[in-house]
Amino acid sequence: MTLCRGIPGLTGLTLALSFLSACQTRPRADLVICNGAEPQTLDPALVSGQLEGRLCSALYEGLTRRDSRGRPVPGSAERWEVSQDGKTYTFHLRPNLHWSNGDPLTSADFRFSWLRALDPKTASPYSEILFGISGAKEFQSGKSKAESVRIETPDPLTLVVHLDHPTPYFPSLTSFTTYLPVHRATVEKYGDRWTQPETWVGNGTYRLMDWKINDRVSLEKNPRYHTPDRVRLSRIDALAVSRASTAFNLYSSGQADLLLDKGLIPALILPHLRGRPDFHPGPLLATYFYRFNVTRPPFQDVRIRRAFALAIDKESIVEKITRGNEPVAQTLTPRGIPGYRPPEGLPSDPSTAQGLLRMAGYPEGHGFPRVSLLYNKSELNEQIAVEIQAQWKRVLGVEVELRNQEWATYLRSLDDLDFDIARSSWVGDYDDPNTFLDCFVTGRGNNRTGWSDPTYDSLLNRALSEPNLSQRLNLLAEAESILVTQAFPIVPIYHFVGCLMFDPDKWDGLYPNLLDEHPFSEIGRVQK
Amino acid sequence: MISFLLRRLLSSLPVALIVLATCFLLVRLAPGSPFTSERALDPATRQMLESKFGLGGSLPQQLMLYLHNVLQGDLGESLKFRGRTVVEIIQQSLPRSLLLGSISFVLALAVGIPLGAFAAARQGGGTGRWLNGFALLTLSIPTFVLAPVAVLFFSFGIPLFPPAGWGTPSQLVLPALCLALPFVGVCARLTRSGLLETIGTDFVRTARAKGVSEPSLIFLHALRPALLPLVAYAGPLAASILTGSLVIEEIFAVPGVGQFFVSGVINRDVFLVSGVVLIYCLLLLLFNLIADWLAALLDPRIRMET
Repeated sequence: MTLCRGIPGLTGLTLALSFLSACQTRPRADLVICNGAEPQTLDPALVSGQLEGRLCSALYEGLTRRDSRGRPVPGSAERWEVSQDGKTYTFHLRPNLHWSNGDPLTSADFRFSWLRALDPKTASPYSEILFGISGAKEFQSGKSKAESVRIETPDPLTLVVHLDHPTPYFPSLTSFTTYLPVHRATVEKYGDRWTQPETWVGNGTYRLMDWKINDRVSLEKNPRYHTPDRVRLSRIDALAVSRASTAFNLYSSGQADLLLDKGLIPALILPHLRGRPDFHPGPLLATYFYRFNVTRPPFQDVRIRRAFALAIDKESIVEKITRGNEPVAQTLTPRGIPGYRPPEGLPSDPSTAQGLLRMAGYPEGHGFPRVSLLYNKSELNEQIAVEIQAQWKRVLGVEVELRNQEWATYLRSLDDLDFDIARSSWVGDYDDPNTFLDCFVTGRGNNRTGWSDPTYDSLLNRALSEPNLSQRLNLLAEAESILVTQAFPIVPIYHFVGCLMFDPDKWDGLYPNLLDEHPFSEIGRVQK
Repeated sequence: MISFLLRRLLSSLPVALIVLATCFLLVRLAPGSPFTSERALDPATRQMLESKFGLGGSLPQQLMLYLHNVLQGDLGESLKFRGRTVVEIIQQSLPRSLLLGSISFVLALAVGIPLGAFAAARQGGGTGRWLNGFALLTLSIPTFVLAPVAVLFFSFGIPLFPPAGWGTPSQLVLPALCLALPFVGVCARLTRSGLLETIGTDFVRTARAKGVSEPSLIFLHALRPALLPLVAYAGPLAASILTGSLVIEEIFAVPGVGQFFVSGVINRDVFLVSGVVLIYCLLLLLFNLIADWLAALLDPRIRMET
């Protein structure tokens, strides 16, 4: 009885308390961004994802930084020189650099940060991006000490870096997340917890104001940045929203101003967004492809790999399934890398594919063993797999079984080469073909096909030590030609496109670019 | 009463430990590693990470170390969200789920019980059939359908509430309603069936013969014993509704604990998953205990013996 009478009172009390507790609201930030899932870390040495990298570009500044069109421009370094042999870079830091806590920032901070990223104890997932520095690989693998890594700091404003090979893109590489500086005293004092808002120290255009798990990262203009007037907005909130329909609802209702990722736009409505003034598609340095396991039959036979590759109608996949104006991929490296002309690649050719399968001993697919196509569970991967399965059946007469696995199991299968054909994708880290082609060098962790070709390895090695830029790119194109027109350990299917959504009447400083770089400091309200 | 509570609390401890150990073993036995990603990690780095987080030894060694730490109040660190302890993640996200869940729980009871009572009182009539039909409808619509439809109508059709987000009272309305509605149906149906059974009993017939009015008969006499099945159901309901709903939290971008259930398993973040499961388990045990206590309060025939 008391219970029944108490229900309305209890209801009222709970609702009132809830209302009050939810009333602790903050004023809206100048810019609200849907940034994807919850960031796993804001420690540049540990970052491996794009969404964390985006935040780190605002919180820290490397020797160089990317502008809103993705071009490398001077960052903490105001200028640099390269030696005649292209292997020694001397960076000159700006004279007025400070950390967000007021401490001066010197070349020793960069040296410490790079060595920390290489230190095996840090377990940086991207340490190999520093391997171009002389002695870096040996230190990371525990074969030598930190002193043997050839980074010198003759004075607080000068950093001298010795490389193993001429690396023309090295200055732009120093804008990459793993190369960003960290504040030594803070890292050493707080260990893994140094990136919490109460302890964090950085040198970027913004400082970390708040970080609520699964909710938002709040950034505030850093008054100690060397040129604070360049930063246009005072406060930015990056929401942790991974579901595309939710992100799109937030954007459509005006609760978010900017969608920074194609993954945050529901695939079903993508075709309807074309032509809208707030939809901004652009190229992206990323490729969707299939891998063959060349260590076991039947894909040990290059004719069969080639037949499978030529039987795929890639046009129908981008037109019917992805529907985001993705360019069909005949090569692994997308077009648009300055100075690089990828090889032509091979278009779909069903009759040649049938001939190759016949030559391999399986006319019209007769007697072909049952093989499977592995993909990680997602609607898009499944639709593409079903379409390609049907194409192989139609053109080659072979039955391919579909096998989907959840993410961690799928990665394990790739690592163990426990597949026949597997879906994959690769996003370039810097605008050079090496970021794609290096994956398929013999024994690389990202090779994941079992494929090995001494000619390919030697071309990549020669490219590494080639001082002439155009000759270097020719060597890389020659290597890529082996990959996509002769050996076929992979079949490129399409290149991703990047999509931004923002109202161009309200916001500027955002331009679609190959590296999908959109520095927060350059975003601002349109001045009318 | 106190000895009953003490006995139940003591017997809960081994249950929680068994659940925790099972969860830990299942996640560790699943294929894949918490440290793999699309970019290959070299074996030495992986080994370093495994030993750093206490996952380097044999499986029984890992389990013993983990249970030892848990008994000392250390639930470990997340393997994916670097530098975050599991306790910290739960501390930040659980209150949000609890807030949303408690509103939905109270709404479910506050609407469901009267709805069921009216449906029972109007049994056989048109109103009763409509109420019963409504309860069945709310019960049958899955939240992944209900939530987008609610957003479509109440955020874009008539823009009354924001479609997602967290931090303002208006952002609580849609997720709380969508989370509560299916349970409104369950509560209404349980109340209705309980009442229909009670209405036919001797003491109700006696009260009616004495001239007690129909509303008093239902709400003052019959409802109390009729709520017993609902109270038994409310224990697990409270635990599940308070620990967050993955679907609702994801659709409405509620930064609660529910999403960590799934993302933790996908990432093989064994300490995070185990920590969240432990919280769920403790809440379930607690609310079942409260439900048993309430049942004894409602019906003196139930004795607090077990």
